[in-house]
Parts: sequence; structure tokens; C-alpha cells
Amino acid sequence: MAEFHEISPNASLGEKTLNWVDNRFPLSKLFKEHMSEYYAPKNFNIWYIFGSLSLLVLVIQIVTGIFLVMHYKPDAALAFASVEYIMRDVPWGWLIRYMHSTGASAFFVLVYLHMFRGLMYGSYRKPRELVWLFGCGIFLALMAEAFMGYLLPWGQMSYWGAQVIVNLFSAIPFIGPDLALLIRGDFVVGDATLNRFFSFHVIAVPLVLLGLVVAHIIALHEVGSNNPDGVEIKATKDANGKPLDGIPFHPYYSVHDIFGVSVFLFVFSAIVFFAPEMGGYFLEYNNFIPADPFQTPLHIAPVWYFTPFYTLLRAVTTELMYVLQACVAVGAVLAVVKGKLPMVFKAGIVGAAVVIIAMMHSIDPKFWGVVAMGGGVVILFFLPWLDNSPVKSIRYRPDWHKYLYALFVVNFLVIGYLGTQPVSDIAGRISQAGTLFYFGFFLLMPWWSRLGTFKPVPSRVTFTPH
Amino acid sequence: MSEAIAESGAIDSSKRTWLIASGCAGAVGGIAAAVPFVSSFQPSEKAKAAGAAVEADISALKPGEKMTVEWRGKPVWIVRRTPEQLAALPKLDGQLADPESLRKPGEQTPKYAMNVGRSIKPEYFVTVGICTHLGCSPNDKFQTGPQSSLPDDWQGGFFCPCHGSTFDLAGRVYKNKPAPDNLEVPPHMYLSDTKLLIGEDKKA
Repeated sequence: MAEFHEISPNASLGEKTLNWVDNRFPLSKLFKEHMSEYYAPKNFNIWYIFGSLSLLVLVIQIVTGIFLVMHYKPDAALAFASVEYIMRDVPWGWLIRYMHSTGASAFFVLVYLHMFRGLMYGSYRKPRELVWLFGCGIFLALMAEAFMGYLLPWGQMSYWGAQVIVNLFSAIPFIGPDLALLIRGDFVVGDATLNRFFSFHVIAVPLVLLGLVVAHIIALHEVGSNNPDGVEIKATKDANGKPLDGIPFHPYYSVHDIFGVSVFLFVFSAIVFFAPEMGGYFLEYNNFIPADPFQTPLHIAPVWYFTPFYTLLRAVTTELMYVLQACVAVGAVLAVVKGKLPMVFKAGIVGAAVVIIAMMHSIDPKFWGVVAMGGGVVILFFLPWLDNSPVKSIRYRPDWHKYLYALFVVNFLVIGYLGTQPVSDIAGRISQAGTLFYFGFFLLMPWWSRLGTFKPVPSRVTFTPH
Repeated sequence: MSEAIAESGAIDSSKRTWLIASGCAGAVGGIAAAVPFVSSFQPSEKAKAAGAAVEADISALKPGEKMTVEWRGKPVWIVRRTPEQLAALPKLDGQLADPESLRKPGEQTPKYAMNVGRSIKPEYFVTVGICTHLGCSPNDKFQTGPQSSLPDDWQGGFFCPCHGSTFDLAGRVYKNKPAPDNLEVPPHMYLSDTKLLIGEDKKA
């Protein structure tokens, strides 16, 4: 608790006001801690803009959302028409709606880039594990937010997308069907479902999201930002205890980010005004047809940001289950033969493998598809403990690690593309290979991330003044 | 306060017991308070009442045609199969995942429909038009022969656009498809030769 601070009677009105507030609320203190005396590494590159931009898009989504709710009707009989009403009759309603729908896609573009930055520079490594975990929580909340928001226009894709995803829960053994019923509030997706998704979309999930964003930033400011070299700037401080390679966030990065915001808004506006549907990727064409519970559209696909995970779902068939069972068996055998573990652990591993294989054999592939889809997201939470590389940043890793990361990106894009496409034999095989690679990349990371010749990490960040 | 304890070195364990007890009581209250909120997620009385049986008039249905009626918000199909279509059904057994509907006894197929055509009268096939995978509504693919997304020896049936499951004209799912079960045959009965009641059957 701070002491009460008296200010000179000759101080200006502004100073007096600030002093009055500071004696009652830590305004200056918060500003210093998080802005003017928050030291960020000076060697940030373009990859470090996406966090700030995500925050900007969050604000855009909240503001446009508030205005959309003023005209939208969460009623199965009225919802579709009310969105068209916003588009046609509400003054400037089309702009607010397109900002909101484009904002959703922009959010995911930025968040994917932001997460990939973390992957490249090891930003999730000790001591930033919680920054990463809160971030993954944000990603999960964002997916829930996007999914429930997509039901609201009550178009064909809204309806059938929700039908498929809610039915995913019914694949869970024993409790599944009742759980799906509890989510829908009816025997099929209907008015009850629309109403509760509206409630979640406009209040429940945004509250969670905001809380997580605050936690993400508090955790980040506690440990300090990572940087492209993966060097801890706090390890080298000047006589005043300020990191030598750090610069105050304000004004250096606040100005820097405003420039980034301007560039982003150029691109964002171009899309909002000239390509808000983005060729059917941001707003699917079938969603301009009102929901019809009797007719599934000929081709249904989720919005682009869910498609990589949708491919993981679709890839799991009876055949892939045999491959996965073989993988579990091989893993168990390797652990027994190669692992330096006590016999009790080895016996435990063999027992667990037998149980898992038996379960894989007896439960529908449908359930395991759901597990793969959920697992594809959940596995990200474990990244800080899967990566055993002696260096944080990709810059000082063996070159083949870079190629592996490139391959991961290509694979992610390929499975993302396949998720938008109809099923076919060839696409199915590629999806399965992509699924195995996706999980292999993460599950084998504890081993491969240690292999190769690592380059020496400098003690100070590499930086050329410009 | 903590200094006082540190100085005396004594912990009043009876106070701690009561702290734990009141904590537990609070937790029970919290859980009890959650019950009405979680229960409100269940289908309302109105939604449950909407599950009544519906009648369907099949007098205008011609061989090879399908009609759809709504039951519990789901599409129920009534297909009048041609003799050729019926003749093709037994030949498909080898390609099907569960040709005799034995996987979930009593759930997907009522007893009176446990036959080759999964129907009361061989000609008329009644089924819920919702894929057993993730709830999409499959499309009609009555045309036989090669076509996109389907095998070359296709005998007519249904194709689910979401994840590619295929079903024959008795709603039986083909092997190696994501859908685990045959299409559900709802409880139904004939009120007369041309009147069907869907959602109820004769339970003696």
C-alpha cells in the first residue's frame, strides 16, 4: 500500500488531478508497469505485431457486436431475416456486419500467425509456460465463440455445421447422447439451441475471453517478452537494473504498433469493402440460404479456420484405426526395449497400451475422430513440455529443424485445404498422412527436438540499429 | 495474526475443523445452486410435447419415389421401392457393415422391421433421414451405376455429403464409412393401406 502523497500547492491542475487519483487508484503505477517502464527486447521483428493486432480485432469484434445485437433477433423464425434486415435496411448495417464477419476471420489469421511466432522462437519455454497456456485457452474460447456465432445467421451452413459439431459430443461413450441433448436443448438443433448459443456468444464466452486476455498479458508482463533470439534480456542489466537490450514499451513499441495497426487496417478495409465473402471462405455461399432441417447442402464444410481440425476428424476411419493401434503397440515396445525405466513403469506402459488398443478396437472410429479433433487442439497446451531443444529460438537450431517446421506449416495448410473439399479416396489418404504427421510432429517432439547440432546462442540479442 | 501463531507455535485445530466443515457445507450449497441452472439446459416441456406421432398419407407415392414428413423436427423418409430395387438388396450383404442390423439390437431397427428390407411391407421403407455419423441428412442417389463420389457398381441408395457415408435402399450402411450404424427405422404402423402413423407402433 502506497503512502499518501502530498503535492505542492503550486502544481498545475493536471498534476493535482493525477495526484488525487494516484492516491486512490494506482493509475501512474499501472501505466509505468505495463507501458512506460515495461522493457521489451529491442530486436522484435514483424512477427511481434500480431499480438497487438489481435487485441485490436478483439475490440472491433466487441464494438461491432454490441451494435449488431441492437438489430438481431435470436429466434429461429426471425433470425435469418433479421440479418438480411441489418444488411439491407439498417443504415450502414452492412458495414457493421461485414466488419464483424471479416473480423472473425482476421482474428484467426492473426492468432495463427501469433501462435506460429511462439512456436518458432520458443516463446512457450520456461518461464513463459503460463503465458502459452492462457494463450491456448484464448484460442479454445475463440473457437467456441466463432462456432456459436456462426449459428446466429441461421443459414444452411449455420444449421448443419452446428448439427454436426453438436453431434460430435454424442459420440462420447455412455454420456454422449444426453450431453448432446443438453447442449441442443431439443432433439434437433432448433430455437432453443439458437437462443442459448446467442447467450453464450454475446456474454458468457466474451467474458471468459476477456479474463483470459488479461491473464495472458499479466503473465507476459511478469516474465517479460521473449524475442527472436530466445535470449533472456533480464540476464544483462545496467546499473539501474534496466535490461540493456530492453526498450520501454511506450513510446517505442506503442508507436511501432500504431504503424502496424495502420497497415493492418488498410488490408482489413480492403477486404471489408471489396471481398467480404472472400470467395466463399469467410462467408459461405450456402449460408445465404435459410436453414432447412430437411435438406443438408450438397457440400458442407466449416469456415476455413476450423478446417485443419475438421480434417483430423474426417481422417479417422476403421483403416486408420489399425494404423493407430499399430503406433500404440510400437510405442509400447520401444518404451520397453529402449526406455531406461524401472520394470514397474514398463509393466504399466504395456498395460496402458493393451487397454488403449482394446478401447480403440471396441469403440467406434467416430468417437476417435472426435478425440483426434479435440486432441489436435489440446496437444498445443502441452508444447512447453514436449519441446526438449537446448535452445529456444529456431535461429540457433539445426537447419533440418527449420525444414521440419516448414513441413509442419505446409502440412497444416494442406489439411486445412482438404477440410474445405468434398470427400474422395485420394484426399482421404492425404488427410490420413497429414493427420499422422500432425500428431507425429508433436508426440515425437521430446526426441527429435534434442537431435542435431545446435548453434551457440549469443549472450546479447542480435540487433542492428536502423 | 500469523505472527501471533508463529510466536505461540500453537494452531487451534478445532477452528480449522470448523473452517473445513463450513467450506464443505458451502461447496454442497454451491453444487445445489448449480442444479437448477444445469437443468435449464434440458429440453423444455414444450420441446418434449412436440414429439407426438404424425400421420402420413402414402396413396400418391409412386414406385421409385420418396416422400418426407416431419417427426420430432427430423425428416422421416418414406420410400416406395421398385421390385428391381428390392431384388438388389440381398446381394449387397457382403459390402455392408451390419447387413442384419444386429449391432444395436432394438435401437436402430424395431423388431417388426428385422428383415431384408427393414420394413413392415417390403415395398415401403420408412426411415429417419439423419445420418448415424454426425446428423447430416443424406442425399438420394437412386440412380444406379458409376457417378461421382460413389462406387461403379452402385445399386442405388443414399449418400451423406458431410463425410461420405453411403447407405443402400434399406438404409444399411456400407463398410469402411464413418457412419457406424444403419439409418434408424422409427416406430411406425399402418392405420390403413394408405395411412401410416410415424412415432407409434402397436405395443400389445
